[in-house]
Amino acid sequence: MRLGLGGRAGAHRRGSPPEAPLEEGPWGPPPVIEVRSLLKTYGHGDATVRALGGPPDPATGASPGVDLLVEQGDMVAVMGSSGSGKSTLMNILGCLDVPTSGRYLLDGIDVGGLDEHQLSLVRNRKIGFVFQSFNLVPRTPALAQVELPLAYAGVRTAERRRRALAALALVGLADRVDHRPNELSGGQQQRVAVARALVTAPAMLLADEPTGNLDSHSTEEVLSIVDRLNASGRTVVLITHEDEVARHAKRVVRLVDGQVVADVRQAPADGPPPALRDPAVFAALSPHALTEAGGGSR
Amino acid sequence: MNPFETLRFAVGGLSANKVRSALTMLGVLIGVAAVIILLAVGNGSSQSVKDSIEKLGTNSLTISSGSGGAFGGGRSTSGSTGTKPLTVDDARALADPASAPDVKSVAPEVSTSQTAIYQGASHTVSQVVGTYPAYFEASNSKVDKGDYFSADDVLNSRKVAVIGSTTATDLFGTVSPVGRKVVIGGTPFTVVGVLATKGGTGFQDPDDTVIAPLPTVQNAFTGFGPVSQILVEAKSADATTPAQNEITTVLMGTHGIKDANSLDFRVSSQESLLSTQSDTNKTFTVLLGAVAAISLLVGGIGITNIMLVTVTERTREIGIRKAIGAPKGVILGQFLAESTLLSLIGGGLGVVAGLIGSHFRIVGIKPVVIPASVWGAFAIAVAIGLFFGSYPANRAASLRPIEALRHE
Ligand SMILES: Nc1ncnc2c1ncn2[C@@H]1O[C@H](COP(=O)(O)OP(=O)(O)OP(=O)(O)O)[C@@H](O)[C@H]1O
Ligand SMILES: [Mg+2]
Repeated sequence: MRLGLGGRAGAHRRGSPPEAPLEEGPWGPPPVIEVRSLLKTYGHGDATVRALGGPPDPATGASPGVDLLVEQGDMVAVMGSSGSGKSTLMNILGCLDVPTSGRYLLDGIDVGGLDEHQLSLVRNRKIGFVFQSFNLVPRTPALAQVELPLAYAGVRTAERRRRALAALALVGLADRVDHRPNELSGGQQQRVAVARALVTAPAMLLADEPTGNLDSHSTEEVLSIVDRLNASGRTVVLITHEDEVARHAKRVVRLVDGQVVADVRQAPADGPPPALRDPAVFAALSPHALTEAGGGSR
Repeated sequence: MNPFETLRFAVGGLSANKVRSALTMLGVLIGVAAVIILLAVGNGSSQSVKDSIEKLGTNSLTISSGSGGAFGGGRSTSGSTGTKPLTVDDARALADPASAPDVKSVAPEVSTSQTAIYQGASHTVSQVVGTYPAYFEASNSKVDKGDYFSADDVLNSRKVAVIGSTTATDLFGTVSPVGRKVVIGGTPFTVVGVLATKGGTGFQDPDDTVIAPLPTVQNAFTGFGPVSQILVEAKSADATTPAQNEITTVLMGTHGIKDANSLDFRVSSQESLLSTQSDTNKTFTVLLGAVAAISLLVGGIGITNIMLVTVTERTREIGIRKAIGAPKGVILGQFLAESTLLSLIGGGLGVVAGLIGSHFRIVGIKPVVIPASVWGAFAIAVAIGLFFGSYPANRAASLRPIEALRHE
């Protein structure tokens, strides 16, 4: 199978169940992420934990579930207190976990109907996932690390190397290609992880607290890469606790107890991200200004 | 992912934990080497028994007087008309190629026990045999020093003797006996040859013997009566059965016996002895093989154990690989390749160790490698790697990415 380079274009080339193409009404093209009544629970009976979907309705006993639409090219920050279900949501969006109930359409494809092999293809070609704890493959040099998704995609060795080097150059690590994870700083490791996530040119970059383990300088480095990726048309969803990070997003979604309680747009989805619209003004603004602008209650 | 890459990943995985991989391989190595060596020892011991029986001469048949027999004879009916002894004439009749075409040579023999004296040294020889020169070949007795006595010596009843190695050392010590005179039972004999040491495990030392021309011994000790037995050599090992039949027919003629169930002589071959021996050996080999198979199995369990540990230890890594899009088949392939590589290298080294090990004598037995055991042990080791590796590999590959990532 060919590598789905072109994000959305690849959606209809896949051999997945023929999903009726969503009608292109006044809302434009179908969203990259469409989540309907998503619910995730752990455990059974009294010990049930509702990680996602909110508390059950006292009358019917059913949870409302999470609904979320993310347009192509958007940059969404998911915020919320610890345990509010952010990671749970992100893992489902990244096809790493399956929801208890509800529908998840990725690029118009119902992910629930895919088998194990098709899911691995989706993870490989459509999604780039960045973890808080980097999650690099141990004992593997940066270059091989970044080549790995391409190897799984069946790209030829020479082409693979060329693209991995380009991705590493993009994150500013061209001089660290032979370093193993234990020979890299946290910020460098995360940049390798970002390079690995974007090397297959996925339509969507998902990041679960990508800067959670980094200092402010490394945070800025990683975020500027993410900003540039988004400016080049890639959809980005990231989880963060920090307003400083959320400031970079075009849209901020707040979760409380597994439910979306606030959804604030900071910039239009089809423009450049806030940090690149007017860099001088963006840099001048203090984090406090964001708190007022976002209307958040943190 | 091409196979070469899978292999590279597998090598990388194995070399990440060199000591552990080496110890696992050692388990397989020992298993395979044990199978090869132990089976070679079993095979070697049966081979050596076969050789020593063949040394006695599988072609030779012994005819002795008496009813019944190992072959062709039944119980004599009661009230038989008396047993006719074996005579030199019987031997002559057997030597006739017209009536017994499968018989190569015939040697009638008389035996007695006598005291031999040489320069004051006295020694009781348990077997003083009087016979024809054909005896030497039929009984596989080879002269080490000097020479055999000849047909001419027999015709002229010369007082010459060939002596066994035990007799030689007992009487002569380090002196070469050839050409010296020894007094046996009061008759002086000239020693013309000394037999090569046969070595034996029986009650009787086969090297304590004196072999002299038949008429000489008859004249000096036994008298010209019946012979004690006749040694016959068949043309080949395959010809022993027809030779036995011919002997029976000829002797029934000379002894005037009509009923094949009331024979007064017995024809026995080495074959019966051989088959009992090889049965014992088969049991021995099977037992050794079982021990070896168990050690191979233990090696296989070692692989499973290590693969389980490896998979558990690397569950997070599996999660990472799956999160960036590794298909199940690739993960499965990687771990299967690792376990197969372990067993392949371990098995290969085991074959080398087994082949080297079977060059040495083990408890006095020269091992003889069975080629099938080499291939068999190697193939089983690789199959064990595949089979026992597939369980942990499958478990690893079936994990959901998030389960694997959360694994601690
Ligand atoms: N595997 C699991 N088994 C049981 N409960 C779980 C499991 N994973 C998550 N939970 C529960 O689901 C809820 C949401 O967890 P989640 O990891 O999504 O929180 P989060 O919003 O990412 O928090 P944080 O900001 O601390 O990362 C928590 O109450 C957690 O205890
Ligand atoms: Mg979390």
